[in-house]
Amino acid sequence: MTVLLAILCIILLAIIVVQIGRVNELAAKIRGEEEIQLVANRRHGAFSLAFMILFLLASIISAWYYKDTMLWYGPHTAASEHGGSLDYMFNITLFFTGIVFVITQILLFYFAWKYRGEKGRKAVFMPHDNRLEVVWTAIPAVVMTFLVVGGLDAWNEVMADVGPDEEAIEVEATGFQFAWQLRYPGPDGLLGAKDFEQITATNPLGQDWTDKKNIDDFHPSELVLPVGKKVRVRITARDVLHNFYLPHFRVKMDAVPGMPTYFVFTPTITTEEYRQRLGALKADGTPKYPEWHEPVDPNDPESPKKYENFNYELACAELCGSGHYAMRRLVRIVSEGEYEAWLGQQQSYYMSTIRNTDADPWKDVLFDSEIKERAAEFNDRVTKALSSESAADKVLALEHVSYQPGSAELTALSRYQLDNLVTVMNNYPNMVIEIGGHTDNTGDAAANLQLSQERARKVYDYLAGKGVAGARLSAVGYGQTRPIDTNDTPEGREKNRRTEFRIVAQ
Amino acid sequence: MANTAIKPVVTEEDLLIEEYGYDDHFHEHHHGDKYQSNFITTYIFSQDHKIIAKQFLITGMFWAVIGALMSLVFRLQLGFPEENMAWLRPVLGKWITINDAGIGTLAPEFYYALVTMHGTILVFFVLTAGLSGTFSNLLIPLQIGARDMASPFLNMLSYWFFFLAGLVMFFSLFLSTGPFSGGWTAYPPLSALPQASSGSGAGMTLWILSLVFFVVSVLLGGINYITTVLNLRTKGMSMWRLPLTIWAFFVTAILGLLSFPVLVSGFLLLMFDRSMGTSFYLSEIFIGGQALDHVGGSPILYQHLFWFLGHPEVYIIILPAMGLVSEVLSVHSRKPIFGYRAMVYSILAIGFLSFIVWAHHMFMSGVNPFISNFFVIFTLIIAVPSAVKVFNWIATLYGGNIRFNSASLFAIGFVSMFISGGLTGIFLGNSAIDIQLHDTYFVVAHFHIVMGVAAFFGMFAGIYNWFPKMYGRFMNETLGRLHFWGTLIGAYAVFWPMHYLGMSGVPRRYYRFDSFEAFGQFATMNQFITIAAIATFAFQVIFVVNFFYSIWKGRKMTTRNPWGATTLEWTTPINPGHGNWPGKIPAVQRWAYDYGKDGKEFIPQIKPVEEGESEAH
Repeated sequence: MTVLLAILCIILLAIIVVQIGRVNELAAKIRGEEEIQLVANRRHGAFSLAFMILFLLASIISAWYYKDTMLWYGPHTAASEHGGSLDYMFNITLFFTGIVFVITQILLFYFAWKYRGEKGRKAVFMPHDNRLEVVWTAIPAVVMTFLVVGGLDAWNEVMADVGPDEEAIEVEATGFQFAWQLRYPGPDGLLGAKDFEQITATNPLGQDWTDKKNIDDFHPSELVLPVGKKVRVRITARDVLHNFYLPHFRVKMDAVPGMPTYFVFTPTITTEEYRQRLGALKADGTPKYPEWHEPVDPNDPESPKKYENFNYELACAELCGSGHYAMRRLVRIVSEGEYEAWLGQQQSYYMSTIRNTDADPWKDVLFDSEIKERAAEFNDRVTKALSSESAADKVLALEHVSYQPGSAELTALSRYQLDNLVTVMNNYPNMVIEIGGHTDNTGDAAANLQLSQERARKVYDYLAGKGVAGARLSAVGYGQTRPIDTNDTPEGREKNRRTEFRIVAQ
Repeated sequence: MANTAIKPVVTEEDLLIEEYGYDDHFHEHHHGDKYQSNFITTYIFSQDHKIIAKQFLITGMFWAVIGALMSLVFRLQLGFPEENMAWLRPVLGKWITINDAGIGTLAPEFYYALVTMHGTILVFFVLTAGLSGTFSNLLIPLQIGARDMASPFLNMLSYWFFFLAGLVMFFSLFLSTGPFSGGWTAYPPLSALPQASSGSGAGMTLWILSLVFFVVSVLLGGINYITTVLNLRTKGMSMWRLPLTIWAFFVTAILGLLSFPVLVSGFLLLMFDRSMGTSFYLSEIFIGGQALDHVGGSPILYQHLFWFLGHPEVYIIILPAMGLVSEVLSVHSRKPIFGYRAMVYSILAIGFLSFIVWAHHMFMSGVNPFISNFFVIFTLIIAVPSAVKVFNWIATLYGGNIRFNSASLFAIGFVSMFISGGLTGIFLGNSAIDIQLHDTYFVVAHFHIVMGVAAFFGMFAGIYNWFPKMYGRFMNETLGRLHFWGTLIGAYAVFWPMHYLGMSGVPRRYYRFDSFEAFGQFATMNQFITIAAIATFAFQVIFVVNFFYSIWKGRKMTTRNPWGATTLEWTTPINPGHGNWPGKIPAVQRWAYDYGKDGKEFIPQIKPVEEGESEAH
């Protein structure tokens, strides 16, 4: 029914339109074609003039109205060092084109009105004028030369890569459908190698873990950069084209699968300073940019003001599929000190996600940092146990000490923790300990008891071999008799399979 | 010829043709008429350039309406993203997803399909085939004094390949996985991998197929236009006596002939990558949970091949419009076009330069920044011949006696649009400024005004001006003028604000803007643009109604040369039959722009130069 109605309306409108049109033809018949044409010339000549005035007014007024949201003015000042030179080129181009725009639009519509057809008027026969044509070929040529020179000067400076002896922070941004993956080099300052064939769910960039440079790389969720430091962004893509776009910094570069690109820039305004600019007040105390003083939530006047919530953003500017419009990441520009503090909090992606999993090629190796960390942690626990009054606290698990399956052979990496124990025994010459072996409840209880005894003995032998007096050591196998967790789950059983030591005297 | 038989009015033109014309014995052989012996060969598989022109025009109009409707749907999404779109479900089906509250939303995949199809259809089907196809066909033989194209048969094939291309593209709109949705430029890897986007499957296959047919059509047409202009000019029609329309069509055809094959080669490699496991454009891709074994290709290569066509393509679109506007402005100002030779040289210069600027579309795509230096220089040089053309058009109006009608109004509007859109090109062509403006709404505003709206204005000027030649009737003037003012104001209202969006960094091809703080602050402006777009579309409906109404009911033409034009097409009978002139072919005695010379209103090209009269240029 609605469709029918709509069709009827359209037909009706069409009939009306046609009838309006016919009025003119009838008038032409009555008044004569020439007369009607003269009326039309007068009318549309006047329209031309009116349009020209309104059009120019509209373009000036709208530009004024939208000045706060425009680039290169007020709230949209570039937040990077090179941004200014691009903004300058924009303005100088706007200046020249603005002049040409106003003059040509005025002449076009003014001439149309001025030379509207009138009875008795004769058109001037003016096929060409070489002097005029030379002038208006030469002027654009000169202006273009000026713009080209200025533009290329800025371009080549902005696009230059980091020189060999220049210092710059290198970070990496990888676009994929539909997000950005950020990677920082970590303390070594170097990004590790990667290979797209090694990409998995846990290795989103295909980092090659055998490359030691990867060990400390981390994947933050925000792009955090210090103010005033040169940054080189390595831009890559995993699947289709993307574009690394930082509107406030005048940074834009395609991310191309198989071909890393880059953009070098220096942020000059911290997020906090930019917020203050947006929230600035005029001399009379009213906001300079009122639209930034509106509440974030229009329904809640108490919510923070827009400028207080302002953030730099990273976007995608190359069509990459249905989620192209939502590849947002926050960008924070902070002071040098805040940046160092933030770096300190970041955890290496490898250490948090890959270490000791099947994907880890360094499973059989302990890094120096890990050895130090474990020793410190172990000493800490022993110190606590020594100062404690409770008997239960005097029993300590020997973490990281393990055996070959079903045997009492110590695994290669167990020695690091046992060495820590040796150090403790040497530091506390009066300390006497009992080493206890435990198993879970799988298998034969007697065999388990035997195995636990052998395992405890192995630890005993290791310590003795390192010079700890036998009188200060004893080894006991408890088998499955003293579980500390349920034996019904694999996790519980894993906890129950353990080697402990009890401080007997200190 | 029935018409001339009934009205054996002998005019001055007839006498001039009879006296000076060239007798090619065309009508003694009657081979002209064997093409038109029945309905099918007259109106469907016609080999007559005038019928083929109409076929191109009406097919182009069909696609223009489809493309415009698509733009309205995605404009609704951008202007009113929260609005219920459930009412579109009968048309768009599953692409409108209805949530539990009954609110219909346009699927992002289909939004991108609409944007892609809008671009493809408008650029290729409407502004290439609909504009150049129509007027090259109509005007080349008529204005150079030829019986028809050099090869009417290839000309017919040209249309039917275009028709086939349209058929394939139309079919792709109804695929269950949707039409292609990776942007009209179809950059790989997005366009190469069905895993990357649902439209990159069957939709992309049909898209390529359709455009390959389209290129065949352009090449068949182009080779015909070039041959006809070079070989079939009538006696006395030297190159320097050609109207600017013909110069424009001629250079356009050359551009197409040189650039479209490169596009096809680009597509061919893309097809290999898609279906034969080659890696021209693909390298190191991990998608859909697996690493592909394509290594060593470069997506940038495709961009080079694409834009080697893509940039000349925008001149393929705008040059015919420039030609039509030059002619229309001159005829209706009753003045010669100012600086005819400068106009020709600037067409040639623009045509030449259009081949060495393509990488200005790729400043930010990862090409070596050093290379961009050359492309910046050549790109900004184009501003010079373009400026010359603009100044010459304005100088053509100066001192005229302008007849305001729909055709001349659209020609004036074209100049205004070309200025506005051309000037923003100076920003974008300068790579330093392009860093920020690339792929923002500033680009959308720029190319829509300069090659979208301006080309449409040229096309409308042409249609209103030559409609009497096509159908023997006039289009309604009141409606035409209403159409003009509505479109001029409407188009500026749509595209002018987009400059502000672009300057503030809003990227194009975003399904919605509120996912970013920086881009989401223009809701009111986006609503305004959408409303303006709907209003502008309504004015185009007036044009369509006017067009079809006037074909059958328009005011009849009573004289051969209603505009007082000098060119040859107005010396034919009101309804020219096959072969265009009933007797001899007119011979040309002078250039095409003797308006107001020696106190005479106009002097047709067929009139000999009088004694003591000097040729004007």
